[in-house]
Amino acid sequence: MADFADAFLNAEIAVAAWPILWLGLQQTVLLALLVVPLGLAAGVGFALLSTRREPWLRWPLMAMIDIFRAIPPLVLLILLYAGLPFAGLDLGAWGAVAIAFLLNTGAYYAEILRAGIESVPRGQAEAARALGLRRWQVWIFVVLPQAVRNVLPDLLGNTLEVVKLTSIASVVALPELLFQARQAQSVTFNATPILVAAAAYFLLLWPLVRLLSRLEDRKLAAQR
Amino acid sequence: MSGWEGFAFSFLNARVAAEYWPKILEGLGVTVALAVLVVVSGLLLGLGLAVLRCLGVRPLNWAIVFLVDLFRALPPLVLIVLIYFGLPAAGIGFSGFWATWLALTLVLTAFAEEIFWGSIRAVPKGQWEAGRALGLRFLPILRRIVLPQAIRIAVPPLTNRTIAITKGTALGSVVAVSEILGAAQSGMAFSGNPTPLMLGAAAYLALFLPVVVAGRWVETRFAWRR
Repeated sequence: MADFADAFLNAEIAVAAWPILWLGLQQTVLLALLVVPLGLAAGVGFALLSTRREPWLRWPLMAMIDIFRAIPPLVLLILLYAGLPFAGLDLGAWGAVAIAFLLNTGAYYAEILRAGIESVPRGQAEAARALGLRRWQVWIFVVLPQAVRNVLPDLLGNTLEVVKLTSIASVVALPELLFQARQAQSVTFNATPILVAAAAYFLLLWPLVRLLSRLEDRKLAAQR
Repeated sequence: MSGWEGFAFSFLNARVAAEYWPKILEGLGVTVALAVLVVVSGLLLGLGLAVLRCLGVRPLNWAIVFLVDLFRALPPLVLIVLIYFGLPAAGIGFSGFWATWLALTLVLTAFAEEIFWGSIRAVPKGQWEAGRALGLRFLPILRRIVLPQAIRIAVPPLTNRTIAITKGTALGSVVAVSEILGAAQSGMAFSGNPTPLMLGAAAYLALFLPVVVAGRWVETRFAWRR
């Protein structure tokens, strides 16, 4: 037990490692603030395009969305980070992470939003058109607000997953929380920094998990 | 070399591909084994916890809710690293394979418990009452009346979640599991050529694209009958 506490709950090491973990935490938050809007914007774009009825647009887009949902995000990231330099294109850690998240996260958001858009009865858009709203006004003021409300728990759930997923950026040496924790662990030969990092992730994301749990509960209650 | 020839030499190099595809295929076997183990243990444990929660023992339920929250909030990669690098210090050693299995199982258990529990509660109360009126006890009602209906409700959300977590097997490459990505990366390191990585990506597509498409189908099919 003493060994366990020494290896996992070593206060001395936690205090010593905190400054670099704090830097990592800031990078993680920054990364999340970059990739969530990026993924969401791509998702809205893909979703709007995939509701078009032209088959030459719709099918390639659906195929692309499925492909990026099928490839594990870490594989995509490594492909961009370690593979592309062979083609003379070096994106750097931030560039590779940004593009990998844009494609992966965008595909997931697109799939959710598409379901949301399809859940809005067609009559809503037709009525809005009949009232003289322009096409873009119909999207912005009538269809999208209802679509987003219908799939809000899924959107938030995906956002939680995206924030958690930023931890894979540690693999390409982007100094976010997990990367910093592993650096500290390899210097001190002690697992405490990783445990502290895990606690930081938990404290950061627990409110979102609670909120999601309640939203999902309400959705099921409405179904009953 | 022209641009296209250079590209083909780097990314679609037949000689490198011929040398490394057996390794990638071995990696595919490891990925499939890991994925199957995670899916089976995660879904069973999740269902077990959801059933335990039906008993309505307060302290037990709090413990379950806390565990579910914990493993929903922690990134899988953080868990893998914690188990692989952390636990040996406490005298419990895990190989990379089993560390990845344990981490992903905990995550899938948490999500599956949440979904199963929600689905059990979505079954109307009258079903329980009718069972009771027929003289059935708790377990037979659960097994024969409630769970068959609840599992139907759980299938669409569970399918997508399970696919997403199963893709996490690629994270095993970080702790030296030679699954597809691990095999592809060492192939790339040895050959100095990214062709093995392309093969790896193709292997993932061959494995997961049918699953993703099937998942989409399951989602719409089960959704109609709600």
